[in-house]
Amino acid sequence: MTAQPVLPDGLVAIVKRECETCRMVEPVLSAIAATGAPLAVWVQDDPTFCVELGAVHDTDLAVSWHHDIGTVPTLISVRDGAEVERTIGWSRDEWRGITGMATLGADLPPTRPGCGSMSVDPDLIDGLRARFTGDVLVSRRVELSATEDEFEALFARGWTDGLPVVPPTRERVLRMLTGTTREPSEVVAIAPPDLVEMTVEKIAINAVMAGCLPEHLPWVIAALEAVCNDTFNMHGVLATTMPVGPVIVCNGPGTRAIGMNSGINAFGQGNRANSSIGRAVQLTIRNVGGGRPGEVDRATHGNPGKLSFCFAEDEDASPFPPLSVARGIEPGRNAVTVFAGEGPRCVVDQLARTPEELAASYAACLRTVHHPKLVIGFDAILVVSPDHGRILADAGWTREQLVDALDARLGTPGRDLARGAHGMAEGVPAHLASVESLPKFRPGGLLVAFAGGGAGLFSSIIAGWANGAIGSDPVTRAVGT
Amino acid sequence: MGPANQGITILDPTGESRPSTRTPLQRPGSVAGLTVGLLDISKPRGDKFLDRIEELLVERGATVMRFKKPTFTKPAPVDLRHEISISCNVVIEALAD
Repeated sequence: MTAQPVLPDGLVAIVKRECETCRMVEPVLSAIAATGAPLAVWVQDDPTFCVELGAVHDTDLAVSWHHDIGTVPTLISVRDGAEVERTIGWSRDEWRGITGMATLGADLPPTRPGCGSMSVDPDLIDGLRARFTGDVLVSRRVELSATEDEFEALFARGWTDGLPVVPPTRERVLRMLTGTTREPSEVVAIAPPDLVEMTVEKIAINAVMAGCLPEHLPWVIAALEAVCNDTFNMHGVLATTMPVGPVIVCNGPGTRAIGMNSGINAFGQGNRANSSIGRAVQLTIRNVGGGRPGEVDRATHGNPGKLSFCFAEDEDASPFPPLSVARGIEPGRNAVTVFAGEGPRCVVDQLARTPEELAASYAACLRTVHHPKLVIGFDAILVVSPDHGRILADAGWTREQLVDALDARLGTPGRDLARGAHGMAEGVPAHLASVESLPKFRPGGLLVAFAGGGAGLFSSIIAGWANGAIGSDPVTRAVGT
Repeated sequence: MGPANQGITILDPTGESRPSTRTPLQRPGSVAGLTVGLLDISKPRGDKFLDRIEELLVERGATVMRFKKPTFTKPAPVDLRHEISISCNVVIEALAD
């Protein structure tokens, strides 16, 4: 880190030769200097540019970086060591105003836009940020030798999910941190299973590794806040022998802004935001929390969604309000809903043309969640596709009507569910055999979301895990900045 | 990143915590006279397993105390762990299905 360079009193100009507007104002700067007014010129690129004006080369761009130069030329008025005002590019009126020289640049056009400052050049900015940002990152530095392949080195240290990760250099982590207003040192959650403080910095490191962009970071943070608490019970979701992981359903205008996929192949591969946000959550649990398969993660089979299972709802096409709104978040806010879920399974019904027919098919498939004779103990998400959604929308069905219609079709006499009934040992305890009808899902245990491509009379079921206080409840949280 | 002929420096993605080193207690030669805690983690039929263990321990002269976690999906509450630690010489944690 370098100390912030102080600008001298008077006028300060920052220019580069490559910029046509800078070259155009060179005679203007000469005219200012000729009046004897104090003028300091910094040149970003060619040290011979404006050399007759005593220009100084901003060799490492420290002046430009520390004084937030986004455009050249920039003309700044400094008094008592503090900036009073600045103008960017060429504006005859503004340059005359700052200099107090009423005839300045009479032969030039009234305005001309400037060029990008080298200090915001996308190829340079990460290095500058790393050089000039204070020592805000406290994570242990790990030096890899030149003979070590960095991707293999990360595998060797046990820091990946089985796929290569992006090496988390200081430059990349600092760039990732530009995606949030939160301090790197802020503790977001206590990470299970090792109960370690999970800071924004550690999340950013894992987000880099997962392939996130800075704009994905607030979503990763929100999802981690949502899973690391007693309600969602990430510890149990990790440790269970069942094949579940955190399924992340994203809502709000931000899902479009960061390019999330809610359409064709929404659960699948190919979208960076979907893939990397879910992956970053799991990598953070693995690396910060110490939750690794075969150790605390005891899943019998697991599921491929434990690499990442994250998608957006298609709010524009949905016949229902967003899932987040149905769960108490105000409309228009970005939010994540986390659900302890297994992989998705398909519901095929290409012949239903009424919502009642469709509900009957949904119910028949939902009944099989985990076991047809196990009820109430597991939640599920039904993800309705556009083709199926149209049938519901044409009939004016609300989400609540759909859930009610499913509940009405999912009641089962206790005698059919009791242990031993129908030749299956599995089932509900014998004392429930006398109950006239048992629901498949507890109240609120069936969530309905809307996503998928525009063609396909299929919907999807994501089955859950042990629900409620003994297991996990879904959690919805607004996404911060 | 450093010049091309140097390796890169990365940041540690882990929690950087280390488990504190503890020396295991000496294995008792006999359970006679010891208080043995049996922790039921609330898995189905864990109690059946622990009932039998209790019988065997009592036969061998141990005093048995039974404890139960509220749910197998979450770590044992701090208070429960403390209670076990101050009232037992030995603890057996049961998993069953």
